Amino acid sequence: MWIEWTIAWKFLREGRAQTAMILIGIAVGVAVIVFITALITGLQSNIVERTLGTQAHIKVQAADEVNRILPPPAGSVQLVLEDKRVQRLRSINNWQQLRDTLDGLAEVVAVSPVISGPAFAYRGAALKSVALVGIDPVRYQQIIPIADDIIAGRFRVGAGDAVIGRILADDLGLRVGDKLRLDGGQNSTSIVTIAGIFELGVRELDSRFVYLDLKQTQSLLNLPGGVTVIDLTVREIFAADEVAKRISRLTGMKAESWMQTNAQLMNALTSQSLSTGMISVFVALSVAFGIASVLSVSVVQHTREIGILRAMGAGRRQVLGVFLLQGGVFGLIGALFGGLAGLALVWAFNTFGPGLFYIPLPPSLIGVAMAIATVTGVLSAAVPAQRAARLDPAVAIRYV
Amino acid sequence: MSEPAPAASAPAQPIQTVLRLEGVRKSYNVGQANQIEILHGIDLSLDRGDFAALIGPSGSGKSTLLNLIGLLDTPTSGELTLLGQPTRAMGDGGRTALRSRAIGFVFQFHHLIPAFSAVDNVLMPLMLAQGKPSPDDVERARSLLGEVGLAALADKKPNQLSGGEQQRVAICRALLTRPALLLADEPTGNLDTQSAADVFALLRRFNQSFGCAVLLVTHDPRLSDACDHAFTLVDGQLVGAAATAGQPGIAAGPIT
Repeated sequence: MWIEWTIAWKFLREGRAQTAMILIGIAVGVAVIVFITALITGLQSNIVERTLGTQAHIKVQAADEVNRILPPPAGSVQLVLEDKRVQRLRSINNWQQLRDTLDGLAEVVAVSPVISGPAFAYRGAALKSVALVGIDPVRYQQIIPIADDIIAGRFRVGAGDAVIGRILADDLGLRVGDKLRLDGGQNSTSIVTIAGIFELGVRELDSRFVYLDLKQTQSLLNLPGGVTVIDLTVREIFAADEVAKRISRLTGMKAESWMQTNAQLMNALTSQSLSTGMISVFVALSVAFGIASVLSVSVVQHTREIGILRAMGAGRRQVLGVFLLQGGVFGLIGALFGGLAGLALVWAFNTFGPGLFYIPLPPSLIGVAMAIATVTGVLSAAVPAQRAARLDPAVAIRYV
Repeated sequence: MSEPAPAASAPAQPIQTVLRLEGVRKSYNVGQANQIEILHGIDLSLDRGDFAALIGPSGSGKSTLLNLIGLLDTPTSGELTLLGQPTRAMGDGGRTALRSRAIGFVFQFHHLIPAFSAVDNVLMPLMLAQGKPSPDDVERARSLLGEVGLAALADKKPNQLSGGEQQRVAICRALLTRPALLLADEPTGNLDTQSAADVFALLRRFNQSFGCAVLLVTHDPRLSDACDHAFTLVDGQLVGAAATAGQPGIAAGPIT
């Protein structure tokens, strides 16, 4: 291999301008791929993080109630015009046992039973419809770390304390320590004290959510001892769909993953990944053709020398090696510069860009890009290298 | 007319045939409408220590014959035996290996590799066969360059050398591996008279000191006259029957 390296290196240095130009071309291509990959990956994880910051990965609920229709007597036909059954607010049967089962699943990181239902909030003459969310605060914090978003007071539920959203607080003119009357619509009302105000940045949640403890919510919604939903966090967010299906089969409950509830978002993310992938592939393709064309020219330029080398005892494989190595060197060095340029672009974006979100700098991306570019370089060198190796030495040596 | 002398350089060694061609024919475009036969059955042999010229007018097939002998090309029919090994059935790999072991080339246009220094050019056949040269090899290449008077120019690139100097480097390159056969294609064709004489003297000297057979393709009658004997190729055939080195007195054809 030593002599192939030496010759490849000398050839590259000899055609300095040519080498520099193709290296710039490769570097630009690799920089584009590195930057766009980092950008889209960063953007997507940012979006997913924001989406999942305020919702559970999987929601487990009691299965929908359906009409059970008597089978018609034999020999008769039954025509049915069926109204769908209303879905009452129902508790999950035996939810403590279900909670313990889910706790035991390897993919599941956190389990939080929640009881949630509609209510009215009164203050003076003002009336607001709200969503009561009864939680076990310790478990719920593992799903949505709401304590981080408290802007006034503390995150404390239980014993007549409630935590409400910022918009609701503004609408009702509430401050920490004020009282609020809640009506669960089941002839049950209670007065709670505002212990804290949160702001998640999602209008729907900030204007409607009222966090209470489990017991108080159960009595307000008239579901003593019950919970309506079990929220889950899973280890691998993009596996949520699979896990949800498994849980559904395992328990007979309705399990919905965030990917189902945010189908449009998922669709957008998938299309984005697809278009990024296509851009990368086509840029890589054009880089590959660039390498191939430069090496084709190089083969023609070095025809006579290839003939001499063959006469001096160089085998076909050695000639092949010389040009494959040149392709590999192009890929490796071009990707090194391109990767650094890509990192510089990412840094510039983070420093001077719109600042909407932060792109993490993944150093491993450079290594991967270099490896892929080197392989691409060797592959694109294959055709010109083959041609060099197949040159008839007797003809090549007289080539002017 | 040359005055062929028996191999004077190695009188004590048993006669050993380096190269033998039997009925070698070469056609181009085989199987096509424009098939053309360049060589019509060549019989030729060279022994160790021979110093022979191959002469003939342009288009007579000299280069084709040289390519065949140099294993750069394969005959259409006939057998070419180098160092006792029949080569017709060999693959590219086998021919390359035999070529790098047994044959040294010197070309008209020097054919050094411009990117490498003189000494690296000399070492090239060795490097291609074995990889990185040992310090001993480098020393040997430098002393060989010293023998041809180029010690001071060993690290210069070919484009910094004159034509005669380049050709001397090329001869060193051909001889570093001590080949049994040295093929020289118009080695002096591109040189002034003095450089040409120097180069020829060098070939003669190495022929005698190393005992390698030399086949010199030339247009220059003065050169062919100075060889031990000459093969004359006219229209793809050797004129004057099979001229073998062991049979002095067989005259080469008239030199044009």
